[in-house]
Formats: sequence, structure tokens, C-alpha cells
Amino acid sequence: MDHATSRNVVRFITAGSVDDGKSTLIGRLLYDTKSILVDQLESLSKTKHARVTSADAGFDLALLTDGLEAEREQGITIDVAYRYFSTPTRKFIVADAPGHEQYTRNLVTGASQSDVAVILVDASRVALGTSPATLLAQTKRHAAIVHLLGLRHVVFAVNKMDLFEFEEQRFNAIAASIKDLAQKIGLTNPSIIPISALLGANVVSPSHQTPWYKGPTLLAWLEGLDTRALSEQLGLRIPIQYVARQDGSASDDFRGYLGQIESGRLYKGQKIKVLPCHVEATIGQIYLANHSQGEHCNSTQSAHTGDAVTIQLVEDIDVSRGSLFIDAQDANPPTPSKQIVADLCWLDTEPLSLCRKYALRHTTNTVAAKIKGVKRVLDIETLSHGTDIHALKANEIGRVELTLQQPIAADTFNQSSGTGAFILIDEASNHTVAAGLIIQAH
Amino acid sequence: MIINYPLAMNDLNMLEQTLLNDHLDGLESESIYIIREVVSQCANPAMLFSGGKDSIVMFHLARKAFQFGQRPIKLPFPIVHIDTGHNYPEVIQFRDQVVRETGVKLIVGFVEDSIAKGSVKLRKATDSRNADQAVTLLETIADYQFDALMGGARRDEEKARAKERIFSFRDEFGQWDPKAQRPELWNLYNARISQGENMRVFPISNWTELDVWQYIAREQLALPRIYYTHKREVVRKNNLLIPVTTITPKAPSNLSEVLDVRFRTVGDISCTCPVFSFASTPQDIIAETAITEITERGATRMDDQTNEASMERRKKEGYF
Repeated sequence: MDHATSRNVVRFITAGSVDDGKSTLIGRLLYDTKSILVDQLESLSKTKHARVTSADAGFDLALLTDGLEAEREQGITIDVAYRYFSTPTRKFIVADAPGHEQYTRNLVTGASQSDVAVILVDASRVALGTSPATLLAQTKRHAAIVHLLGLRHVVFAVNKMDLFEFEEQRFNAIAASIKDLAQKIGLTNPSIIPISALLGANVVSPSHQTPWYKGPTLLAWLEGLDTRALSEQLGLRIPIQYVARQDGSASDDFRGYLGQIESGRLYKGQKIKVLPCHVEATIGQIYLANHSQGEHCNSTQSAHTGDAVTIQLVEDIDVSRGSLFIDAQDANPPTPSKQIVADLCWLDTEPLSLCRKYALRHTTNTVAAKIKGVKRVLDIETLSHGTDIHALKANEIGRVELTLQQPIAADTFNQSSGTGAFILIDEASNHTVAAGLIIQAH
Repeated sequence: MIINYPLAMNDLNMLEQTLLNDHLDGLESESIYIIREVVSQCANPAMLFSGGKDSIVMFHLARKAFQFGQRPIKLPFPIVHIDTGHNYPEVIQFRDQVVRETGVKLIVGFVEDSIAKGSVKLRKATDSRNADQAVTLLETIADYQFDALMGGARRDEEKARAKERIFSFRDEFGQWDPKAQRPELWNLYNARISQGENMRVFPISNWTELDVWQYIAREQLALPRIYYTHKREVVRKNNLLIPVTTITPKAPSNLSEVLDVRFRTVGDISCTCPVFSFASTPQDIIAETAITEITERGATRMDDQTNEASMERRKKEGYF
């Protein structure tokens, strides 16, 4: 993903239905990597609510992640929670997305912040009578959403294997149905790991109860991932966040353009093009905000994907928040356009309205948008596009056509989430009502 | 309770690795992006600054966000300190030194003023004023009409914080509703609000205590000296070391002793306790933090221990 992560930070989301053991799994990862501290353990014994107690830990691992009072009362997880743990090689940021009825909203939110998805499959809730075995509808839904959001690495953790004495045949049957699902939704080469979060089997330590399983533990799999940005398919993309002017001095006409490099490389003397106005300019100075350096001079020759920079141009041209800098020679430039086809994940309780105007935020740019029409709605049960075409409601996903008041310089989401994603904001409530993935801009 | 720091070989290896800390560049870039978004999207933002290490890191990130070569750095927002009146003098001196050296504009909201006005009522003068900061904070926001306040809270600190958005919406009463948070997608932050409403923004949400110390070491940031080992008179009580001060005097029945301690957080005197430590540099503290068995708040905050859900309740009341 193109939010700034260095290769030593792995951001992953955990997805699973209610009771698949997601909280227990995260608790297990935290506990076995020794990320749980004494006072957290002590406060667990003060907590009234108790579900299943893990034999070796002596307390309910799930409670480590059940944050809010309201959640402990109801025994469910309300909102995406973020957890942190480190191993000697990596720092992990976990988006723990709850699996109850607000699933799509939470999952989409968590997935947009992640490079990797861990999807939990409860071995006791896969119906083995059919061929292939029948996975829960939610598992299919989670896999589809994670794929839609472009997560590059997906692992299915087949949990609660302890309930079936780590039986190889059961695992194989479930694995076959997962592969079948992956093929249906276009997910290539998913990893599948038999685990017991409760007992800690194959989570951090390999289990001697699964001698037939030759693959890595879940943690080893996560540690081994290559999360570096894909070899640059896209050239330079810098959405301008802010224009800084030196005030109070007529002799100093400093103008700096602040932004984060979404992709590509930036260097002094580079010829760039400013979109959407198509004006060309030359990079004069680059000031690097991140990285350690001398207190008094952060001027640099070049900067890379993920860096926070301030740019001075040689020419005096009009640049404002929302402008996009690309290389003047870009072979595959984004097309500034006012007509967009996109997949929308609707997140708000108020359904999509075809007659209303929304604020569309794409990179640092905000424009007015109307939804011209809904082309299709994803039927989450069958994973096909239903014939029932209606205005999207909360937690639904559909393909729409949008008309914008001003053109935006968009890539497709497949090329880059940084310049291919947007959100819609309801201008009356100020709510973020939808996540958008650009399929086509013309 | 005295905390021991057993240094095993395994931990030392981990330490070497963590000192490589190239992940800090990524965290830094994310935080700078967030601070710049606040300045771009909000009309009248401010940054909370307590003189504590998290706010010192956040303030440093803000200065880096607006550093343009040799030019003097001029932050496009003021810093705000909510002063409970129960401060360690070293922290206030440090705060004032930062203001002198960087030329940043400082606004102080005094809990004393809220007490004088009657909006804060204490049962007795020495009561903890930590929770009352919320009232003074909301009054300061109203007085200066801030639409966004940046704070140095981190998600690894506490359970309720783990669920809070980076851009956290507050209603007219400054309240956080955990069940009605805006979805936060990619880096597309939505800071829109209506009149009287407010944004709280946490640029270092994704940093852990260890990240903060590694960054302090890497950037060679100065801190109030009570963050490092010093001798202090304390009373052992409920597994905490209670400092003996005018605000927290020792009862005649209590035995006090002078120990080598440092503070892990430097909030209101009435609710901040030091831990036993000989650490005199950030590197020493990293060595302790990488393997310590007690989370930051648990070891040092009297108020958070009282009730398991106390942070969640206070946040709903408008606390940071």
C-alpha cells in the first residue's frame, strides 16, 4: 500500500465471523510474542465477563482485545481496534475488525489501512456434507471484500482445529473449499494454515499435533512477507496538501508545496507536470520532512515513495491544494476526468441518493459529485452481481457511475490506492458515507 | 513494587534490531502527513503541549513538517497547555524554554480559572485535577474558537484509545461517541464539522512507547530532566511509588524513602508516579522499555487504576 510504511512495518487486518476466535487469535499473538504486560494480565482478572479460558494462559485471551465497557457487557467487539506488537525482525500493526452486523463498514475501514489480511475460518462451522465443503457466508464476504480492496497478501487461518484432534482430512476438505472460493473471486495462491488460537497451535509456535502440515506458522508467514511496494508500475505522484507562503516579507517570495510522495521518485531539476491544469514546471528545491538529518538543513537532491516533502518550483505557476505533480514524461499519466466508474462500499445508515450532491475527496482534492446511476449490486451471498439493481444501503457494495463538477486526475484503484481511491462525504451530516475504488476514469 | 529488568540474551538481540529503527521513517512520514492535513483542512487548529515526551515528539514532528531549509520555522498554529496548577516545576520550566527557543505561540488554560469561575468544583483543594482538565480544555476551545486540537495520545496506551480514530469527532459538548465514529479510509481524513463541533486529532496514534523513545534517541530531543533517573522521596503504596510533594504529602503513619526513580509520564502531580530506575539516557530507557513488564499507564497513573473503564468514561466526558 502507499501509505507510508517502511518494509519493517507490516499492517494486517484480521477478519472473521462472530465467534470464529478472532480476538483469541490476536490475544494469542500478543501473548506469545510477549507483548502483554503484567498489569494488563492483572486487569483481566478484575474483568467480570469471561468466555473461554485458555489452558496455558489461564485466562481468556480474547479479553486482551475487548476494549470498551459496552463491549465487555455485550461480549462483542464494536469497532476497529488497533494493536501493536513486535518481533525481532518486524513491527506489526493489527487492525482488529469486528465480525458482527457492521462487518463491511469495519472491514473496509481496516482493510484500507492494511497490506495483509488474515481471514479466520472456524473449522467447526464448515459444513462438510457437500463437495466442496460449505464455508460460512461471512467467510466468503470477507474474502471478497479483502480482494476488492486490493490486499496483496491473504492467509486463511483454519481455527479451532483442536476440536477435531487436528484431523488432516477435515483440514484438507476445508482447504479445498477455500481454494475453490479463492478461484471464484480471483484471489491467487492463498495461504492456508491449520491453527488453534486457544492452544496456540501453529500461531507462534509450530504444533506437534499437525505433523502432516509442512508450512509456516502464522507468525512465521507474517514475518516472511515482502510488503515492499510493487516495482513501480506508476511514475511520480505527489498530491499537494498545502501551499506554504512566507508572510510578512515582500522581498522573500517563498512558496513551498507540501505533500507526500504516493509513488515514484522526485529529484532536483526534474521536469514535472501539474494536473489537472497540464502546466509544466521544474523542481527547484526539495526539503525532506521525515528521516533523520541535521537540524538546520533538510534540503535534499531526491526523495522517494512515502517521503513527506516540501517542493519549490523554478517557475512561478499556480498550484493549490488538490493539484497533482507527475513526471512530465510519464508514460501512463492519469486522465483528468469528470466521468468516473467506481465500486462503492456504502458505509452510512442513510442510503445512497441519486438526487443528492456529495463531496468527493480524492487524494487532497475535494469536488462535488453526483451519482448518475447504479450499474450493479454485488450479491454477497452468491458473490455474483445480482439482478436487483437498487440504491446502495449500508454495508452494500455496487458499481456506480459518477459525474463530477470539476475534473480529478485519477489512476485506477488497481494501479494505485493512493490516486485510485476516494471517499464520499454527506455535506449535511459531514459523515463519511462511502469508500470508492476507481475502475475507470474518462 | 520495584520492577526488575532482567536482561536476557534474547532481549539484547531484540534490542540491537530495534535500534535499527528504520520503521521510524514511515511512522514519521505518516504523522507529518496528518499534521499537514489538519493545517490544510481546519481553519483554526492548535496543538496540545504538556511538556510530556509524547507532546514533545509531536511538536518536533510539527516543526519538521514546516521546516523549509534554512528558514526560521514558523508553525501555522499555537500550542495549548492545560495547566492543572499541580505541575512539576521542571516540566513548566521546560515548556517555557521551548517557547523561548522556538518562538511558538503558547496559550495556557488554567484549571484554577475554571475553579474560580465555578465550572470546576473540587471536594478538597488537594483532589486530583486530572479529570477536571476536560472542563478547562472545553472552555479554552470555546474561548479561542479552535476547530481542531492535536494531541499526543497513542493507541498502545490504553484500551479505549486503541479504538479511537486519528481524526476523532467531538460534538458540541466535546463528547466522544465510540459507537458513532466516522469510518477512516486510506489516508483520506474527513475533518469536516459544523459550528461548535470539534476535531481531536492524534498524529502519533500508531506509535508505541518504544517507538517514542527510539525517536527521542534518534532525533536527540531534550526532555524535562525528571524523565531520567534522580533521587526522590517516595512512599510505597498499592504497588506504586507515590512522590512526597506539597500536593501529595505523606501521612504521618507512612514511611518514606529516597529512591532512584524516573517518571514515565509527567502529568498532574496528584496522579503521576515515578518508577524505580537508574536510566540516565534515552538508550538506557529503550533498554528498559523493550523489556519492561508494566505498561506505561498502569505503573504510573493512579487515576486509571481506579476503574477499568475510567479512560473510556472520561473520554465520553470530553477528556483528551
